[in-house]
Amino acid sequence: MAQGGPPLNFASITGNKAQDQPLRSVQLDGHVVLKIVKHCRESYPTLVTGQLLGLDIGQTLEVTDCYAFPRTDEQDDGAMDASSYQVDMMRCLREVNIDNNTVGWYQSTKMGVYQAEELITTYLSYQESIKRCICIVYDPVGMGSGRLPLRAVTLKEAFAEAAKKEGVLSLTFEKLRAKGVSRKDIFEEIPITLHNSPLAAAMATALEPEMTAAQSDTERLSLSVAPKLESNLSLLNACLDDVFLEQQTVSQYARALAWQQQQQAQWLQRRRQENAGRRANGEEPLPEEDPNQFKPIKEPPAIDGFLVFNQLNQVCNQLNGITAQGLQKVALLQGFQRL
Amino acid sequence: MAPFILPVGSAATTVRVQPVVLFNVCDAYVRRNEGQERVIGTLLGVISDGVIDVRNCYAVPHDESSERVAVDITHHQLLAGLQAKVNPKEVVVGWYSTGDGVSGSDALIQDFYSRECQNPVHVTIDTTLQNQSLAIKAYISRALLLAEKQLATEFVQVDCEVKTADLGSLGVDLMEKEISEKVQHDADSLETCISQLSLCLEQASEYVDKVVEGKQKPDQAIGRSLAEAVSQVPFISKTDLEQLTNDSAQDVLLIMYLSNLVRTQLALADRLGTAALPLL
Repeated sequence: MAQGGPPLNFASITGNKAQDQPLRSVQLDGHVVLKIVKHCRESYPTLVTGQLLGLDIGQTLEVTDCYAFPRTDEQDDGAMDASSYQVDMMRCLREVNIDNNTVGWYQSTKMGVYQAEELITTYLSYQESIKRCICIVYDPVGMGSGRLPLRAVTLKEAFAEAAKKEGVLSLTFEKLRAKGVSRKDIFEEIPITLHNSPLAAAMATALEPEMTAAQSDTERLSLSVAPKLESNLSLLNACLDDVFLEQQTVSQYARALAWQQQQQAQWLQRRRQENAGRRANGEEPLPEEDPNQFKPIKEPPAIDGFLVFNQLNQVCNQLNGITAQGLQKVALLQGFQRL
Repeated sequence: MAPFILPVGSAATTVRVQPVVLFNVCDAYVRRNEGQERVIGTLLGVISDGVIDVRNCYAVPHDESSERVAVDITHHQLLAGLQAKVNPKEVVVGWYSTGDGVSGSDALIQDFYSRECQNPVHVTIDTTLQNQSLAIKAYISRALLLAEKQLATEFVQVDCEVKTADLGSLGVDLMEKEISEKVQHDADSLETCISQLSLCLEQASEYVDKVVEGKQKPDQAIGRSLAEAVSQVPFISKTDLEQLTNDSAQDVLLIMYLSNLVRTQLALADRLGTAALPLL
């Protein structure tokens, strides 16, 4: 690590040392945010994705541009189109001096639900070619709390390593516990900062709308919490259903395993009796093991349970946030009334 | 003398530009090659009822000298095709260039674009910041005919409007700074909101006081809008309001209790490791 000595040149920072430093923040350009927002909002309610381009410097990942992926229809041969689209796009962007390093991808979600297996598999496939990548998750509906619903998500290293070695679906609880990875150590959210070139900042100031209150302000002050709560509660219900299904799968597996072991014990007992009888007759005893008879039952992947629990946790946090805000507003209103 | 015909332009077209386009242009200008004075590119958008809504754009490499102008046509067509795959509704509607005003070679470029679409619109964005302002102007071209022979093409300025709604919802203050922290705590943002609201109210009450004392001339429009705003506050009797607030507070508390319950359950399951255990 270039900590002790003087070298502060670009090469030493972006050299091999890049992957040793943990990712601390993601820097987005203003126009990238506008592009992502535009693309996700126009295609709502279809969920869309796109590619992020930029630079990976030290502890910050700078995203300087992005482009959208075309919608894949069932009729085209999807794979060919997608890769040729990417190649063409990259070539064109290079001609206009846009950094064409892929640093990740963005996707739109519904209600902020992003903890899915596809995220992990996509992340792993990206990691084969680039050292660090992130996924930006945008919620076109927004939680209406006035904040920009944008998150930068990445997989934690320990989990990514484990997943790469074993394959995501074959991870079990024991293997994960051995690595010290718990449910919380799968995804990591990284804080986002915005960056604008001075020209863009000047443009924004010139364009500044005359209204003194931005739209987000009026949204924040609205007293109606009910619709947001309703949608979140239905999401909570859906998550609880998922948890229930997960538990059922786990119990099924346990029951099947127990039954199989019982069968094996019975068979072994019968074999032993037969052998005792044979020995009494002076014959060769049959082998006590029959490897072909009982196939090992596949243990359900632990990752599903983890993801569902994480999602549930997130929904609860969201609910808490909204309810806290609601209470604050009610308290304010009561204060106003007393004046 | 052969008549000199100035054709009447098509029904007054207005151009609406989305802020994404402007920021893209700024970015393209910042990234231009050395020695290039300006950047040109294609505009994509939707035409409806004589209003051209410009929604997207991309830069096109070009070569410009005093004698000739060369535009990379393959690049333009390739990118147009790629963008069409993403959003088939957006078509080529014109082109943009940075720099103040219209120059001679623009006629040639406009000619090229008129082969791509009908009546292309040319938008200029003054990134060189002459006149201390970022002027955004739009032009459409008109042919000047002299006895059926085309003499010249004239650029006629049309109205250009920048839609700022998107920018407003994003937060203009976020875009104005060069580096800014983005995540704002809900409690803090509510506080800033309320303080802004109280500021507005103070300004309004100051104004009304001044008018009543005769220090300031009353403006009918402002007075009317103030009266409207005040009348919109619903008059609810005290008991009713209390009941309403209590009801909603109770609902909110119930849901908070529920979500905390679920969270505690999850935390316990984590600690005890029962997540992996089956239900027996």
